Amino acid sequence: MTTPNHQEGDDRDDSPVTLTRGPELIVGLIIMGLATLVITDSIRVGIGWGDEGPQAGYFPFYIGVILMSASGLIVLTTLLKWGSATGVFATRKELVPVFQMLVPMVIYVVAMVFLGIYLPSALLIGFFMRRHGNFEWPLSLGVSLGVPLTFFLVFEKWFLVPLPKGPIENMLGF
Amino acid sequence: MEEVNNLMGGFAVAMTLPNIMYMLIGITLGVLIGVLPGLGGANGIAILLPLTFSMDPTSAIIMLSCIYWGALFGGAITSILFNIPGEPWSVATTFDGYPMAQQGKAAQALTAAFTSSFIGAFFAVALITFLAPVLAKFALNFGPAEYFAVQLLTFCSFVGMSKEPPTKVIVAMMLGFALAAVGMDTVTGQLRMTYEFPVLLKGFDFLIAVIGLFGIGEILLTMEEGLAFKGKSARLNPKVVWETWKTLPKYWLTFFRSTAIGCWMGITPGGATPASFMSYGIAQRMSKEPESFGKGQIEGVLAPETAAHAAGTAALLPMLTLGIPGSPTAAVLLGGLMIWGLQPGPMLFVEHKDFVWGLIASMYLGNIVGLLVVLTTVPYWAAFLRIPFSVIAPVIVVICAIGAYTVHSSMFDVVMMMVFGVVGYLFKKLKYPMAPLVLALVLGDMAEASFRQSMLLSQGDVSIFWSNKLVGGIAGLAIVMLIWPLLGSIKSLFSNKAASR
Repeated sequence: MTTPNHQEGDDRDDSPVTLTRGPELIVGLIIMGLATLVITDSIRVGIGWGDEGPQAGYFPFYIGVILMSASGLIVLTTLLKWGSATGVFATRKELVPVFQMLVPMVIYVVAMVFLGIYLPSALLIGFFMRRHGNFEWPLSLGVSLGVPLTFFLVFEKWFLVPLPKGPIENMLGF
Repeated sequence: MEEVNNLMGGFAVAMTLPNIMYMLIGITLGVLIGVLPGLGGANGIAILLPLTFSMDPTSAIIMLSCIYWGALFGGAITSILFNIPGEPWSVATTFDGYPMAQQGKAAQALTAAFTSSFIGAFFAVALITFLAPVLAKFALNFGPAEYFAVQLLTFCSFVGMSKEPPTKVIVAMMLGFALAAVGMDTVTGQLRMTYEFPVLLKGFDFLIAVIGLFGIGEILLTMEEGLAFKGKSARLNPKVVWETWKTLPKYWLTFFRSTAIGCWMGITPGGATPASFMSYGIAQRMSKEPESFGKGQIEGVLAPETAAHAAGTAALLPMLTLGIPGSPTAAVLLGGLMIWGLQPGPMLFVEHKDFVWGLIASMYLGNIVGLLVVLTTVPYWAAFLRIPFSVIAPVIVVICAIGAYTVHSSMFDVVMMMVFGVVGYLFKKLKYPMAPLVLALVLGDMAEASFRQSMLLSQGDVSIFWSNKLVGGIAGLAIVMLIWPLLGSIKSLFSNKAASR
């Protein structure tokens, strides 16, 4: 799944919602921010020579400096070409499904913190099958309960690797 | 012929019943991983790695490397039948593989792809068999300065050989180094860049980064394309396989060229993906009928598959002998070795002879087993892709979450996996390469250690990196690789001027 294979005569709505320059600038600025964190903390722990040779910040400091200059260069070139930029980041037709995936995924991970892995997994699979796959209830229920159950058996019973559990599993005595 | 004796010993290690079983399991899992979108060689192995901690290291690495071979084979199935590259390195296979399937020659295309994968891998393993011991013996004399120079060369080659803009390669790489530095400094014991957050104390694990970047990121990217998988069906029967095999010998030159390209790109960290494109391009240029490429030319399947498999295999050569992986998947395998307490590098060939030769022997066997498995089971794998994506996508998300959690039994890792997933999507869209980030994250501590040791030896004098012919040569080559893109742009500047005159 690496390069989009758009077929000719595609009837999808190809109106660009975002040009590449916006995300490019934001990502560049975030990386510059990270570089600042690296550099300041390296200076804190010392970037020179101590009693036992190079101090802890000696190597990361230069990493931070190179990171800063490279990302600075990206930000600079993005800004310089701002007016003439035409690269499309994604079209509406492309971005909508991405968020349809991303939002449930984020909710899934947050739910995992409180409820353990099994219930949120069942809900995630069930949600997708009902919402996007238009499956009947019996099949959706079967798959969404069967998959976590299989993982339970494989990991907890067979390989003895514990997975995160929540109040419901506790109630059941695990 | 010491190598042959060692190899025979290796076969004795690899050819036990449990190990053959692990091989079969590995290949099957690998093909499954290669066929499913969002799971690939690197993150598939990363997810399964925690399950192997309790296994015998030799059996574990045999199974994990077989997953890798399986994934290399599996990528071709989706490319040819569905026009969807299951793996980045099989993108070039779609150019001619899918047209062949459309013309009803799916079986020929698959046979050609599997066979050329096998040939590419086989020659690369042979290369490893005879070159690895020599390289390892040579590397025994390396000091910290030489090691750092080799690491520098690895990273500079990324800048020189990537098709991405050099600034972005450097950013990705430096991010990897910065992430690797988070946590406790191994030399002084000081905490770096933790900013008083206790969760950051143990630093960032590259396995989490791999699962997020390659797994979650790919899922998001796949969503973009809508979810209509329309595939061609394929049935392989022995007659078609035999007929196709009979036509293959006349392409010996293509095989030879592609294997050479693949081995070279695998040892230098170009990796399987650029190798497959380069090999396709050269096969087209050298062909008597270049216009037939892209319309179902069998050579267009042979060339990229041979090179990708050769590169994927050859990437293990620097991993085993120098401890420097040539690809993200090799990096994950290297991480596994370190977890099992085996330090990759020249000493591995001295201290863990059985292990090394068992692994090399398993590469021969694994590829033979792999070829047989894929040739006989293709229709079943194609059936997997008929499961709607609305089922597969959430299941893969769950698998990634389990994989991320089991590395350290930490919920924070699962959250980080999501963050890396979004980063992976953005990086892919903005053309930041991900391989340098992963490799820098894996090698960060090692590179820093060898740099600091060199500096200690020379009392902070950088000239240690050209103090003798060997280290100077490697470092010099690194600098050339680093400024290679610059040379290219200067050249094009001049030729533009000449053209405008």
